[in-house]
Amino acid sequence: MPRRSTSPALAPASTPDLPRRQALAWLAASGALLLAGCDRLTAPSQGAVSPFKGIDISGATYARGFNLTDFNGQRRSLADFKGRVVMLYFGFVQCPDVCPTALTRAAAVMQQLGPQAADLRVVFVTVDPERDTPELLRDYMASFDPSFLALTGSLESIKATADEFRVYYKKVPTGSSYTMDHTALTYLFDRQGRIRTVLRHEQTADDYAADVRALLAEPPV
Amino acid sequence: MKKLFIASLIALTATAWAQTAVKVDDAWVRGTVATQKATGAFMRLTPSANARLVSVQSPVAGVVEIHEMAMENDVMKMRQVPGLDLAAGRTLELKPGGYHVMLMDLKQPLKAGDSVPLTLVFEDGAKKRFTQEVQAPVTALGGGNGPAPMQHKH
Repeated sequence: MPRRSTSPALAPASTPDLPRRQALAWLAASGALLLAGCDRLTAPSQGAVSPFKGIDISGATYARGFNLTDFNGQRRSLADFKGRVVMLYFGFVQCPDVCPTALTRAAAVMQQLGPQAADLRVVFVTVDPERDTPELLRDYMASFDPSFLALTGSLESIKATADEFRVYYKKVPTGSSYTMDHTALTYLFDRQGRIRTVLRHEQTADDYAADVRALLAEPPV
Repeated sequence: MKKLFIASLIALTATAWAQTAVKVDDAWVRGTVATQKATGAFMRLTPSANARLVSVQSPVAGVVEIHEMAMENDVMKMRQVPGLDLAAGRTLELKPGGYHVMLMDLKQPLKAGDSVPLTLVFEDGAKKRFTQEVQAPVTALGGGNGPAPMQHKH
């Protein structure tokens, strides 16, 4: 039942150090030509321990950004949040379980951060744009935190965004209605808008807060 | 008609002394916002004898299903299940991350402080059906991942 095409995105989850090893192998094989660009891989170099509770995907060539519309009709891209850490999650509103759990956790992270929460932007991307109207998304986000933003778009632009993040989602009929299977990972971007770490649904608010703090503490470039 | 009446009388009598009962604890429903059409109900079920939860009804929802959520390679999957088997004396928990009662086609938003009537339909070991009414309080949508905090305040 799970589509095999999802495995690239999911590989880091089961083998946390895979991207690093792949990257190093790739660098070694490709020689000095590529070393010029390797400053993006500084964090995992020399077998350093990841500073994150999540999976360190710093330097990944996917999950680079989005270009969607928020619930107020404004176009949004990662550049809009420069200077802040961005926490991105894909989900849908008619979801009784993981999505509200993820948003409840995000709200708990905001609380834990205290005044630093102003430097975190929580962004939710709907994988069900047909049912999740802008009004519904606005009401829904406001129930968790007034600062939470939700993004939507055409079916094509949602698909393109999900593909960029290697996020899997699929409509599944249930009786007279349908539900959505979807990847339940959370993506953290640093203040420069670079993808840094991915957290799993099973991780705690403490883990999430720790990674946000780690990114907030990085010196500005 | 008369036969049916007698049959149901016998059935009633039978349940009266077979009496499988299911204890329902900490039932709660996740609140919704306007135009949201679906949400989940959660609870703990402890039967006195082996039983099976076969369906749930509620006046607030057009459709009610029993669902299982599973995480498979970080993909959340939700599926309808035909029923839940309950073992005598063992508590089965319907909670986020596992089973829930899916309330769909909601007729109105569910606010914190509301109470949602649920009719749980069980089958006992002899496949005889019995029902149990529950009033499940609504936890505010952003109010956490459990029953409304009033009785759990620390």
